[in-house]
Amino acid sequence: MSDLEVSARLARSGVERRRARGGPGGGRAARRLPGAGESAAALVLLFLIASALVPQVVAPVDPLAISPLEAFRPPSAAHPFGTDESGRDIFSRVVHGTGPSLLLGIAATLIGLAGGVVLGTAAGMLGRVVDFGVNRLLEVLFAFPGLLLALFFIVIFGPGIVTATIAVGVSTAPGYARIIRGQLLTVRRSAYVEAATVLGRGRWRVLVRHILPNTLAPLFVLGTLGVGQAIVWAASLSYLGLGAVPPAAEWGAMLAAGRTYISTAWWLTFFPGLFIVLTATATTVLGRRLQQRVREQG
Amino acid sequence: MSGVGAPDRGSAAAAAPGPAPAGGRGRGPGDAGRIGAAARWWASRVAGAAFVLWAVATLTFFAIRLIPGDPAEAILGGPGSQASDEALAAVRAEYGLDQPIAVQYVRQLGRLAVGDLGTSYSLREDVAALLGAQLPGTLLLAVLALAVAWLLALALATWSTRGGRVSAAVGSGLEVIAAALPHFWIAIVLILVFSTGLGWFPPISTPGVAGLVLPVVTLAIPLAGFLGQVMRESLLDALEAPFTVSARARGESEAGVRQVHVLRHAALPAVSLSGWAFGFLVSGAVVVETIFARPGLGRTLLNAVTLRDIPLVLGVVLVVAAAYIVVTLLTDAAQRLLDPRTRAA
Repeated sequence: MSDLEVSARLARSGVERRRARGGPGGGRAARRLPGAGESAAALVLLFLIASALVPQVVAPVDPLAISPLEAFRPPSAAHPFGTDESGRDIFSRVVHGTGPSLLLGIAATLIGLAGGVVLGTAAGMLGRVVDFGVNRLLEVLFAFPGLLLALFFIVIFGPGIVTATIAVGVSTAPGYARIIRGQLLTVRRSAYVEAATVLGRGRWRVLVRHILPNTLAPLFVLGTLGVGQAIVWAASLSYLGLGAVPPAAEWGAMLAAGRTYISTAWWLTFFPGLFIVLTATATTVLGRRLQQRVREQG
Repeated sequence: MSGVGAPDRGSAAAAAPGPAPAGGRGRGPGDAGRIGAAARWWASRVAGAAFVLWAVATLTFFAIRLIPGDPAEAILGGPGSQASDEALAAVRAEYGLDQPIAVQYVRQLGRLAVGDLGTSYSLREDVAALLGAQLPGTLLLAVLALAVAWLLALALATWSTRGGRVSAAVGSGLEVIAAALPHFWIAIVLILVFSTGLGWFPPISTPGVAGLVLPVVTLAIPLAGFLGQVMRESLLDALEAPFTVSARARGESEAGVRQVHVLRHAALPAVSLSGWAFGFLVSGAVVVETIFARPGLGRTLLNAVTLRDIPLVLGVVLVVAAAYIVVTLLTDAAQRLLDPRTRAA
C-alpha cells in the first residue's frame, strides 16, 4: 500500500460513514456548508495561487536582492520571515518560490497519474493475462516502499531537480495504478455499463463514452490528494541534497541551503517548511471535500 | 498489503462494517478442511513472496546496467572517481563484468542466495556485515516510533470519539495536520524547542535514552496522524455496528463494549496498514537519521546514494525490500487470523 492509497482510503471511508448517517441518499450531507477547516484550507490555497501567479504583488521585495549587511536577521517588521545568509528577504523568497514548488509537485503528480493510468487501464481493460502481469509488476514495485524507489531512481539517473521530480512521480505511480484499476473494475461492473453492453454498443464505444468519463472525476480527486504528498517528498529529496539546488527560490532548495544554519538561524528552514505544511494540509482537506462531492453525485 | 489475487482486501474489510462478533470461533467437522485451506493459503503466499524477491533482485540487477558509462567505473564511484586501471580490472574480475550478461546474472543470484552482497566502494567493507551492524539501531528507532505512534493515535482517536463535536473536530484536524507534516520540519521544530530552547534533549542523537527521544517523536508524529485517522473511522463504524448495539442492549457497560468489541475492530485496519507503515518508517529513517546524525540504515543509504556507492545501495535496497515482503506476508497472516471475513476470499 502506498501513501496515496492510505489517503484515498481515508477520504472514501469518511464520506461513506457520513452518507450512511445522513439516511437514504445522503441528501443532508450534500447541502452541508463548508466547515471552519475547509474555509481555512480554501483561504490558504487562494493565497498560494496568488503567490504563484503574481508573486511581485504579494511580496514586492526582490527575492534575489543581496545585502550582506542584513544577513541572518531574525523575523522583524521589516522582514517578517527574517533574512538569509546573503541578507535576502525570506518572506519574498518563499512567496516567489511558490510557483516553482507547486509546479514541481504538480509535475510529479501528473507523471505518477500518467503511469498509473497506463498501468491501471491496461490491467483493468485488457483481460486477465495483462491484469495478472501488471499486478505482479505492481507487487514488485511496492517492495520498494516510500522513498526507496525514488532514491534508487536517483542513483541510476543522478541527482537534480528533473530526476528528483521524475523519481517522485515514478514512485507514486504504482499506488495510482492500483486505485485506478480498482475503480475501473467497479465501473465495469456497474449497471449502466452492463446496459450499454447489452444494447450492443462496441467495446471501445463503451470505454470512451461510459467508462472513461466515470473514472475522470475520481482521477482529479486522486491528483489533488496526491499533490501535497508529492511536494513533501520532493522537498525531502531537496533537503537531503538530491533535488533542487540553491540559489533557486524553490522551497526544497531553500531548505537545503538553510540546513547548515539550523542551530543559529532557524527561520531559514522553518518558513519554507511551514509553507510546505500549509500546502500539503490544504490540498488534503480540499481533496477530501472533492471526494465527497464526487461520491454524492455518482 | 499486496495480497496475491486480492489486492484490496483490507480496504474492503474496512469499508464494510459487517457483523463479525468477537470470539466464538466454533470447532466442528470443518476443521480439517480449514487446516487444508490455511496450508494452501500459506503455500501460495510464500511462493508469491519468493517470486517478488526474485523479481526485485532481477530488476535491480538490470536497472544498474542503465547507468551510463562503464559499469566497473560506476561501481567505483562514477567517472569522477578517476579509478586506476588496476582498480577497474580488479572490479571487472570481482563482478565478472568480462563475462556474458547471462553468466553475470546467474552468478549475482547465486551470490545473493548465500547472502553475499559484495564490498562497499566508499567504506571498503563487506556490505552484509556493514548492514548487519547498522540494522539494530534503525530497528530500535522504527519499533519505538511505531509503538509511540500507536499509543498517540489510539489516545487521540478514543478521546475524540468519546467527547462532543468540538473534540471530534479538534481530533480530526490534528490528525490531518500531523499526517501532512514532513519529517524534516518536525525535526527542525523539535530541535528548536527542546534542544536550542529548553535544552532538554541533545540536537544530535547521542547513544542513550535522551538522544533517542527527539528522533522517535519525529518519526512517530506523521505516522500517528495516519493511524489515528484510520482508527477513528473504524471506531466510529464499530460504535454504530449492529453487534455493538446488541451488546449495549444486553446491558454491557459502555467501557466493556468499547474494550471487548470496538477496539478489536479499530485495531484491524491499523494492522492491515503495517506494511505501508514499515515503508513510511524506512523513508522517515533516511531523513531523521541524517538530521540527528544518528548511525543507521537510513543514513547509510543516503550516504551511499550521494556517493553512488552501487554495492551499498543495492545491499540496502535488497535488505529493505526483503524485509518489506516478510512484513507484508506476516501482516496478511495476522489479518487472516484476526478477521474471519478475509478467510473466505
